Amino acid sequence: MKYKSQKVAYWFFALSMLLLVLQITYGFVMGFARIGFDNLHEFIPFNTARAVHTNLLVVWLLSGFMGAAYYIIPEEAQRELVSVKLAYVQLISLALVGVTAIVGFHFNIWEGRKFLEIPRPLDYLVVVNVLLFLGLILTTLFKGKRQTTTALVLSMGLLFAALLYLPGMLPFDSQVTDSFFRWWVVHLWVEGVWELIMGGILSFLLIKLTGVDREVIEKWLYVIVGLTFLSGVLGTGHHYYYIGVNKIWLIVGGIFSALEPLAFLAMALFAVNMYRKGEKKHPNKLALYWTLGAAIVSFVGAGLLGFAHTLPQTNIYTHGTLVTAMHGHLAFWGAYGMIVLAIISYSLPNMTGRKLYDSARGRMAFWLANIGMVGMTVAFGVAGVAQVYLERKFKMDFMLVQKEIAVHFVVLVLCATMFAVGITLYIIDFYKHGKPSDEALEIQE
Amino acid sequence: MLSKKQARAFFLGGTLVTFLVFIGLTIFSFSKENDQTNRENLSADVVRGKEIWESNNCMGCHTILGEGAYYAPELTKVIDRLNIRYDGNGEEVIKSILMSPAPWQPSGRKMVAYGMTEQEASDVVAFFNWIGKIDLNGFDRVISPLAKEKINK
Repeated sequence: MKYKSQKVAYWFFALSMLLLVLQITYGFVMGFARIGFDNLHEFIPFNTARAVHTNLLVVWLLSGFMGAAYYIIPEEAQRELVSVKLAYVQLISLALVGVTAIVGFHFNIWEGRKFLEIPRPLDYLVVVNVLLFLGLILTTLFKGKRQTTTALVLSMGLLFAALLYLPGMLPFDSQVTDSFFRWWVVHLWVEGVWELIMGGILSFLLIKLTGVDREVIEKWLYVIVGLTFLSGVLGTGHHYYYIGVNKIWLIVGGIFSALEPLAFLAMALFAVNMYRKGEKKHPNKLALYWTLGAAIVSFVGAGLLGFAHTLPQTNIYTHGTLVTAMHGHLAFWGAYGMIVLAIISYSLPNMTGRKLYDSARGRMAFWLANIGMVGMTVAFGVAGVAQVYLERKFKMDFMLVQKEIAVHFVVLVLCATMFAVGITLYIIDFYKHGKPSDEALEIQE
Repeated sequence: MLSKKQARAFFLGGTLVTFLVFIGLTIFSFSKENDQTNRENLSADVVRGKEIWESNNCMGCHTILGEGAYYAPELTKVIDRLNIRYDGNGEEVIKSILMSPAPWQPSGRKMVAYGMTEQEASDVVAFFNWIGKIDLNGFDRVISPLAKEKINK
C-alpha cells in the first residue's frame, strides 16, 4: 500500500463479503424450495428469495468494484484519494440503500423487473450514490500525477456502468419495450462495461503480480476491451430473438453474440501468457490463483457456456429455461466474483501488513469454491437440458417436468454446500488478516 | 506488430461504430412499418395488468416472453394452454387463482395467495391476452401446443 486513503477499500471489501454470505443463504432457500422443502414460503416466497439473491449479487460485486477502484486509482494516479470522509459516506449510503431494498423485497415492495427490482425512489438514491463515487474517483484520477490506461479503462467502465443504469429507469407501458431497454442495462453491464472493469482490475493485478512491462499489458488490454464492445454491443441482440421485436435481431444477435467468447478467450490467453512471460514471481500465490482463475473460468462460463445457447436455432428451445441459470452462475462467478476475490487477495496483505500470501486454508478456499461452482453449473445444465427436451420437445407439462428434474437440485444443493465451505474459508482468511493499518505503508509489497 | 496507439484506435473505433449501428437497429425495430410489439392493442386494462404483474414481481417465479425465473410456468400463451385443459375456461381459471385467498399449490409447489379483486384479475388476464398476440418470431410454436397446431394449419 502506497497511500493511506487506499485503506477505505478494506471496508468496501468487508461489505462485499457480508452481502456474498447473504446471497448464498438465499440461494439455499431457493435450492431447497426446488427440491420440495419450501417451508419458508410464508416469510420468504421464491420470488423474494430470487430478487434478494440476484440483487445481492449485483450489490456485492459493485461494492467489490468500488473497493477495487478506491485501492487502484490512488496507486495508479500517484496521489491520495481526494476525500476519504466522503468515501465513507458513500460506503454507508450504499449499504443503507442495499439493505433497505432487500428488506422491502420481503414486504412486496419492488419493481418486479428481473435484475432491476429495486423500487424507483431507491433508484434515485443509487444514482446519487454512484455520482458521489464517480466524483471521488474521477477527481482523484485527473488531479493525479499520471493517467494510466489501466486507470482510464477501469474508470471508463465504472462511468459507463453508471450511465447505463438510466435506461432501466425509463417508464414503458409495453412489456416488449420495457424488456428491450432493460437489457440495455443488464446485458450492456455484464457483457459490456463490466468487462472493462474486469479488464482494468486484471491489468492492474497482472502488472503487479508478473512484472511484465505496463506498456505491453495495457496494449493488450485495449485489444481485449475492443473485442468486448465489438461483439458485445450488437450481441445484445441475443436477448431480442423471441421477445416481440423484428427478425433482424436473429441475424445480428446471432452473429455478434457468437463472437463474444473471443473477448473472453483473449482475456484468458492474455493472463496466462503474461504470467508465463513475467520474470517477477510475486509471493502472493493466492492472488495469482484467483487472477488466473478469473481469466480462465470466465472464458468457460461466460464464453463457452454462453455460446452453447446463443444461436437462435438453439435459443428458441433454451430461452426461458434452466439452461440460462447454468450459464449465468459460472459466468458471473468466473468473470466478476473471482476478479473481486482476486483484488481482495492481492490488496488485503498490503493494507493490513499481514503477509498471509499462501496458506492451506486459502488454497482450499479457492479449490472448494471453484469445484463447488462447477458442480452447481453441471447440475443446472443437466436439469436445463432435461427440461428443454421434456417440456419443449415432448410437450410435457411444466410442473411434471419440474418433478422429474428435482433430483438434480439435490446435487445442486450438495455442490452449493461445497461452494459455501470454500467461501467461508476465504472469509476466515479475510478476517485473519486483521484491520488495515497505516503501518502497512512502510512495508514493501 | 500492433502498437498501443493502434490498439486504442481499434477499441475506440470499434465501440463507436457498433454503438451507432446498435442505435440505428433500435430505431429500425420500433419504426411503424417494422414494429411487431402489438402496440396498437395496448389498452388501459393491459397497462394496468402490466403494473400488477410488476408490483407483485410475478417474474420472480414465472417467465413471460421467456424472461423471468424458472420456478413456475411460462405465461406467454397461458390462456391458450388452459383453454385446452379446461374446456375453454382458461380466463376464468386464471382469475380464480389470482383472486384466491389461499395459496394455489399445483403439484405441491406453492404460489403466493394474492387475493386480487375481480377488476385486478381481469386486468392481468387482459395483459396475458395482449402478450399472447405478440409476434414472437416462432417462439410461441415452442411454448404453446395450440399455436403449433394453428401454424401447421
